[in-house]
Amino acid sequence: MQVTGTVLTTRRVDAYHALTVVAPGIAERFRPGHFVSVAVGGSRSSMLTRRSFSVHDVRSDYGGTVELVFTVRGPGTEWLAERRARDTLDLVGPLGRPFPVPRDPVSVVLVGFEYGSAVLFPLADTLLARSCRVDFVLGGGSADRVFGAMRARRIAETTTLSTRDGSLGLRGEVTDVLASVITDTRADVVYACGPMEVMRAVTSVAIKFDIPVQVVAEEAMACGIGICMTCVLPVIGDDGVTRMVRACVDGPVFRGERVRFEDVGTIPFDAQGAPGGGARHVS
Amino acid sequence: MSVDMRTFLAHVELDGPVITAAGCAGTGRELAQFFDLHRLGALTTPSITMAPRAGRPTPRMAETPSGLLNAVGLQGPGIDSFLERELPWLAQRGIRTVVSIGGGTVNEYSALARRLADAPGVTAVEVNLACPNIEDRGRVFAREGAASAEVVGSVRSIMLGDVPVIAKLSPDVADIVAVATACADAGADALSMINNPLGMAIDTATLRPALAAGTGGLSGPAILPLAVRCVWQVHAALPRVPIIGMGGVLTGSDALQLILAGACAVGVGTALFHDPYACLRIERELADLLQARGFQRLADAVGVAHRPPGSPARHLHEESSL
Repeated sequence: MQVTGTVLTTRRVDAYHALTVVAPGIAERFRPGHFVSVAVGGSRSSMLTRRSFSVHDVRSDYGGTVELVFTVRGPGTEWLAERRARDTLDLVGPLGRPFPVPRDPVSVVLVGFEYGSAVLFPLADTLLARSCRVDFVLGGGSADRVFGAMRARRIAETTTLSTRDGSLGLRGEVTDVLASVITDTRADVVYACGPMEVMRAVTSVAIKFDIPVQVVAEEAMACGIGICMTCVLPVIGDDGVTRMVRACVDGPVFRGERVRFEDVGTIPFDAQGAPGGGARHVS
Repeated sequence: MSVDMRTFLAHVELDGPVITAAGCAGTGRELAQFFDLHRLGALTTPSITMAPRAGRPTPRMAETPSGLLNAVGLQGPGIDSFLERELPWLAQRGIRTVVSIGGGTVNEYSALARRLADAPGVTAVEVNLACPNIEDRGRVFAREGAASAEVVGSVRSIMLGDVPVIAKLSPDVADIVAVATACADAGADALSMINNPLGMAIDTATLRPALAAGTGGLSGPAILPLAVRCVWQVHAALPRVPIIGMGGVLTGSDALQLILAGACAVGVGTALFHDPYACLRIERELADLLQARGFQRLADAVGVAHRPPGSPARHLHEESSL
């Protein structure tokens, strides 16, 4: 659904911006893993594509609020970072398929890279409410780019941090520490959000342990509702056939082992409808 | 008194003039979550091809000033799956559906028309001529009147008489009136224009083209003046041929420009990516603008900009006979 939300608070969190928006209806229908899209630049904007963000926090006060976490990457997010309390925002959501959540109180590792970890906190709350054991592995390029370490420490059994420059926690990638965390916590399942190459590495670790892994695909989207066909990635279906599926409506949450990470950005030759695979090549 | 917004697509009456542009409304299910699709003049499907198509690699999209570059590459499930799953969903709900078709040869367009000829729920067929002709070194059909006419003629001869055949024209031509005339002569019941002109953006960080395909179709408000010019020229040359105007329509005022230039219906595409309710809003704004200018019927505004300056505005003085 589309709502005109009012900005309640804005804050800086290390290298990131966080906006809390009063968005009744969206907050009410939200489940962990959902995302929202925002129109940027105001009503006479020259920026036509909506920006999609995962939701860090949902609260029921003021009729329902959602908190978005983002980093300034271009003119759209720059405009968003300039919003102040009482400004209005055009939001559409909740969008996408949420995380599947286990019924039983299992042991879960949540892996987040930079502000990708934002989406894991509502999930952690849901898992904790189901008496799951939750452990966090958070990472980033540098200390100020690791998002949510404080909150993770507060709610999780253990929190393991890593940075590429060694300024916080262990020096290296989140996947360098993931194997030992999975072993120590006897994890049954892994959830992860971050850039594609990190998701690929997390998936290969989970596959080694033969445990399920749910990843969030961060693909560039124009609409967020499944009509622009630009956010596609190659994913293997239940029938074993690879299709170019939309991250926005078929995801953004996918089973890691189903995503053909090494082929993202290409059309694999064996994908349904690939050029040369019987289909004619017309533009 | 409210404005009569009914319009005709050839001989098919539509309740309203605003329709979705090909490839911008998904299967219909996506937008149906937001509003009742019966409120659209019609829904145009993505261009359907014979075989399933995976489309182009990503990145497929780049935002440009007041525009959007895309190179999706007609990703779709193919005609079999379309007839099995997607068209019936629209037909059962009675949603007026314009089926867009795309092919690499005249035979492929004919084969698609044969599959659609007896399918229930086809309000009209739109022939996407902006596809490379495999039999002519990949030259796009829409660039030449003769190639376009051959495709349109073959589809027209196959479709039943009560299903209008619409030729979708591309602005990347030296003389759009020549192509439009060739299509009309070949039996096109209506013309839609414009398809995306080709554009390109280069990522100054990676020093490479922003799209994996290199070039892409440009859409959005950046191309509205190009669309208005094309509709104007074609309506001046072929005043009796119905035109669906499209290209960068974001507001009711944009739609009104195309109608005054000679369009009797308006397609909305990229605006839907920005605002899922764009079609409803644009139709409402268009109705308000028509009313404010004293029009009682949308039909009275079609092509009005072609009147010489100072000529009497008939609709403002005469009572409508309807």
